[in-house]
Amino acid sequence: MGALLSFGAVVVLLLIPAIGAGALKLHSLFGVVIPYLAVIVFLVGLINRVIGWGKVPVPFKIPTTCGQQKSLPWIKHSRLESPATGGEVFLRMVLEVLFFRSLFRNLRTEKAPGDRVVYGSSKWLWVAGLAFHYSFLIVFLRHLRFFKQPTPKIIGIIESFDGFLQIGSPHLLVTGLVLFGAVFYLFLRRIFVPQVRYISLPADYFPLFLIMAIAGTGMLMRYFLRVDIIKVKELTMGLATFHPKVPEGISVIFYIHLFLVSTLFAYFPFSKMVHLGGVFLSPTRNLANNTRMVHHPNPWNYPVKVHTYEEYEEEFRDKMIAAGIPVEKQPEPREEEQPTEESEGKE
Amino acid sequence: MSKQPKPPKPDELAKSIEYKTPETQWMETPVKFKPGMWCYGSRPKYLEEVGMPNPREWSPADDDWKLPENWKEIVLDGMKDRLGKYRTFKLFMDICVRCGACADKCHFYIGSGDPKNMPVLRAELMRSVYRKYFTTGGKLFGKTAGARELTEDVIKEWWYYYYQCTECRRCSVFCPYGIDTAEITIMGRELTNLLGLQTDWIGGPVANCYHKGNHLGLEPHTIQSNIEMMCDDIEEITGIRIEPTFNRKGAEILFVTPSGDLFGLPGIYTCMGYLMLFHELGLDYTWSTYASEGGNFGFFTSNEMAKRLHYKIYAEAKRLGVKWILGGECGHMWRLVHQYLNTWWGPPDFLEVPKSPITGTVFENAKSTKMVHVTEFTADLIKHGKIKLDPSRNDHLKITFHDSCNTSRGMGIFEEPRYIIKHVARHFYEMPENTIREKTFCCGSGSGLNAGENMELRMRGGFPRANAVRYVHEKYGVNMLANICAIDRAALPTLMQYWVPEVDVCGVHELVGNALVMTGEKKRTMDLRLEPLPGMEDEEEEE
Amino acid sequence: MGIREQLKENREKILSRWFESILKTYPAETVRFLKKTKDQFHNPVGQTIKEGIEGILFELTGEGEIEKITPFLDRIIRIRAIQDFTPSEAVAFIFQLKGIIREEIDLDRIGSEELLGLDKKIDELALKTFDIYMGCREKLYELKATELRNWTYKLLERANLLKEFEENFKSK
Ligand code: HEM
Ligand code: SF4
Ligand code: SF4
Repeated sequence: MGALLSFGAVVVLLLIPAIGAGALKLHSLFGVVIPYLAVIVFLVGLINRVIGWGKVPVPFKIPTTCGQQKSLPWIKHSRLESPATGGEVFLRMVLEVLFFRSLFRNLRTEKAPGDRVVYGSSKWLWVAGLAFHYSFLIVFLRHLRFFKQPTPKIIGIIESFDGFLQIGSPHLLVTGLVLFGAVFYLFLRRIFVPQVRYISLPADYFPLFLIMAIAGTGMLMRYFLRVDIIKVKELTMGLATFHPKVPEGISVIFYIHLFLVSTLFAYFPFSKMVHLGGVFLSPTRNLANNTRMVHHPNPWNYPVKVHTYEEYEEEFRDKMIAAGIPVEKQPEPREEEQPTEESEGKE
Repeated sequence: MSKQPKPPKPDELAKSIEYKTPETQWMETPVKFKPGMWCYGSRPKYLEEVGMPNPREWSPADDDWKLPENWKEIVLDGMKDRLGKYRTFKLFMDICVRCGACADKCHFYIGSGDPKNMPVLRAELMRSVYRKYFTTGGKLFGKTAGARELTEDVIKEWWYYYYQCTECRRCSVFCPYGIDTAEITIMGRELTNLLGLQTDWIGGPVANCYHKGNHLGLEPHTIQSNIEMMCDDIEEITGIRIEPTFNRKGAEILFVTPSGDLFGLPGIYTCMGYLMLFHELGLDYTWSTYASEGGNFGFFTSNEMAKRLHYKIYAEAKRLGVKWILGGECGHMWRLVHQYLNTWWGPPDFLEVPKSPITGTVFENAKSTKMVHVTEFTADLIKHGKIKLDPSRNDHLKITFHDSCNTSRGMGIFEEPRYIIKHVARHFYEMPENTIREKTFCCGSGSGLNAGENMELRMRGGFPRANAVRYVHEKYGVNMLANICAIDRAALPTLMQYWVPEVDVCGVHELVGNALVMTGEKKRTMDLRLEPLPGMEDEEEEE
Repeated sequence: MGIREQLKENREKILSRWFESILKTYPAETVRFLKKTKDQFHNPVGQTIKEGIEGILFELTGEGEIEKITPFLDRIIRIRAIQDFTPSEAVAFIFQLKGIIREEIDLDRIGSEELLGLDKKIDELALKTFDIYMGCREKLYELKATELRNWTYKLLERANLLKEFEENFKSK
């Protein structure tokens, strides 16, 4: 249901530029205006989101501790799982962001009855997640060649690695396939794992379809419906240098690809993909487990009604005296004045 | 609640049942209140005593929950307020990708199979409402964007499932963004408490603790006499008379422990362990009848209530003029002392950085909060060889250790208790690796769920834990489940009686008390439970 | 070939069908988890049921002594007694075995005597199953009723505190 809806939405998104740029020839709109708008929405939206989160205070320091705290000097402290300093937190975050450390916890051998070792299926989530994100990153970086003249060295290097298989002409770039494959796996997982299907919303399928469509149109352009790269670069350089121009004769498949990418950019800040920014702000991960060492202030800490010792003693004084428990004030009707100890407990 | 079942007729049984739940979307699946799965509603007097809203007689089984007229406004305003106050809440509403990594990590899901007990879905119960009222997408596209109206049924669903979460944080360990469903549950409980939807089992202890200083409502003289009774037992066992002090000004250390240790079995044995240890050390410490509760059921109510209840610890430390505070074995108490107390009421600059008067060790890790965990204290003693131990007195026990959720995932105290156990006993066996430490399974009764009426829930939630205990019981003959949590000591015996009746439950300091060789003690023939020590029976005298 | 041999021969198939039919009583979203997760600590419900029915069938193909089968039954029932099942739902799985066996073995090759014998055995097990179920439920009521009392009784009794305690702490 949700999958169909999202699929339909992506089909519509494919048709829009097919008609707009293909039949109606609105090349400036699809080649310049929409990409610019998308990037603006992306930047403003993402910054807004991050600032929005950043503005919400972190009243308590509540890291999820996944290892031994720093306590007595002779007890081995788990620096990465229970970081006590900023530097250790940084390392924990590096592991989280670059290697999906927490997701990796799913990856362990399991013990079936009789101590047979079996492997859970959950490790595939970690593998596919990493494959997806890294290939996405590389594909993204590769595209910078369209926006820099001359092409930066580093991108050339990435590409030569990427094309190491040296199949076909142009060389097959592995990441494109991996990206497509990984996203497709994540999609299948959503469809076939009942638990995951049950929790999935249209908004979970949509980015997957969109990215599949982007990767699909990209590969189509590279390997089958060749586009005029010189002209494309003219257009993209124009965008990058803020002197936009729209060369004639770029085939419609390029506009479709570009429009889908624009959609991804514009949609990004409002989608679940904002976890890109959120992951860095997560208080259960980015705080040190040193709460007993360093006072953590809560900016909105406010006074609350409490039951003071005086009120408590007032109620139980007789019982306390009878039990021989020291009290601050002796009961009133007593004959002999007892010197009351000075009360320090007042706030 | 549930009635005694009658034996079904055979043909009724033979009609082999096939009732796979219809695959409706979760939003279309209405919540059914099943017997044994929920706690009674709070009596009005408990709410009145602490000034919480909408006190009234109500039962979750009723159709009409007697919500205030403007309940919807109250909840939405409450959400808005909290979205602006807690980054966790706001962020966790936004960034979940529904990858499902957390789905099968919750002991309630594992034990019940109810999909709404998957942490991600538990959170979606709230997120769907968040989307509807606080995001543009949800306002525009409604259900397509995963948004839904806030209705009374949604409130009931929240209530049902936020009291089927023990705030154990196990899900948070596996989430790639660290999304902690406990944070959402905490918000869910805060919001429903704005409508007066407290449970009786939490409401009672909260009112007691506010007024009388501890959850059980023990009055000062009762606390004293309870502890004196324990001292009687200690005298019987060791021949040594211990005279602890109460509310004594000028002591060096204030000792605070959960009140379960003062009252319940087997909690009091742990308490006897403390008493014996402190006496043997000649520690200059005092009990307080006012700050007589380390635990805090307020935390299962609202942040504000938790803060109100935990006021007493520092206030009493100041009044008595102690130098630092020592805390007993407790789970949620230590989550709060470790991660919240200092923020609520600190920094307590009138105290000194804790320093063990016996070993001279300065507890740098507690230098701001000034409160030391008793297993840190004792592990340090053992390391420095300051106490004499005879671990053979625990030889009749084959021990395994249950890491409590709160001290594991909200503090990270793993080695100290193990170090102690290994020195006071000689048979220690770990449960399987993915059921201990940061991956520990909850007892199923935490966060105020250890009532009687929700026993099925507790037995389900505790099953993964019990299952691991059974494994070590069968493999190594384990017969004692040690822990450092008062809720565990109250709840695990019941869990064990249902699943693995051969295994008993104790606190770590009960084992310490057994092994501790005290100056001038008589030959021990009994353990702290006044049961004969195996191997010593022949010397035992009849009384 | 006698019924025992046939049961042995078709063991895997019978077990897998039996397992499936028990899993069907759980929410659809959860069946895969119960079935596929092999780790006995991560998935104690699924694995306990699986081991349990393996044990039951193994004993049935052997001597079929009730005493040996009881522990396996107990483990399964103990779980189902605290899940969302009516009594009949909780114990029906044992009857399902009859149908499955009938479908999986070659009835022509065994005497009706033998089949009746097996049926009788399963009926016996069913009775036992219900006993265990009732035992579990009773245990649960007992735990409900006595938990508080158990862990407080000693002190209460000694301190004559029952009254104060009940005022403060008794459930409705
Ligand atoms: C710091 C950067 C990032 C980190 C640490 C991160 C981490 C993760 C993790 C751990 C998952 C869950 C595993 C999975 O389902 O694959 C995930 C899912 C996802 N991420 Fe990222 N991510 C990052 C950046 C991005 C970016 C830039 C995008 C933009 C395309 C993105 C898009 C997605 C999508 C679409 C999913 C959902 C996959 C699914 O539906 O199963 N992420 N991310
Ligand atoms: S693991 Fe985290 S991101 Fe994944 S579904 Fe659970 S809460 Fe959401
Ligand atoms: S905090 Fe614990 S009980 Fe709550 S959803 Fe997460 S795993 Fe389940």
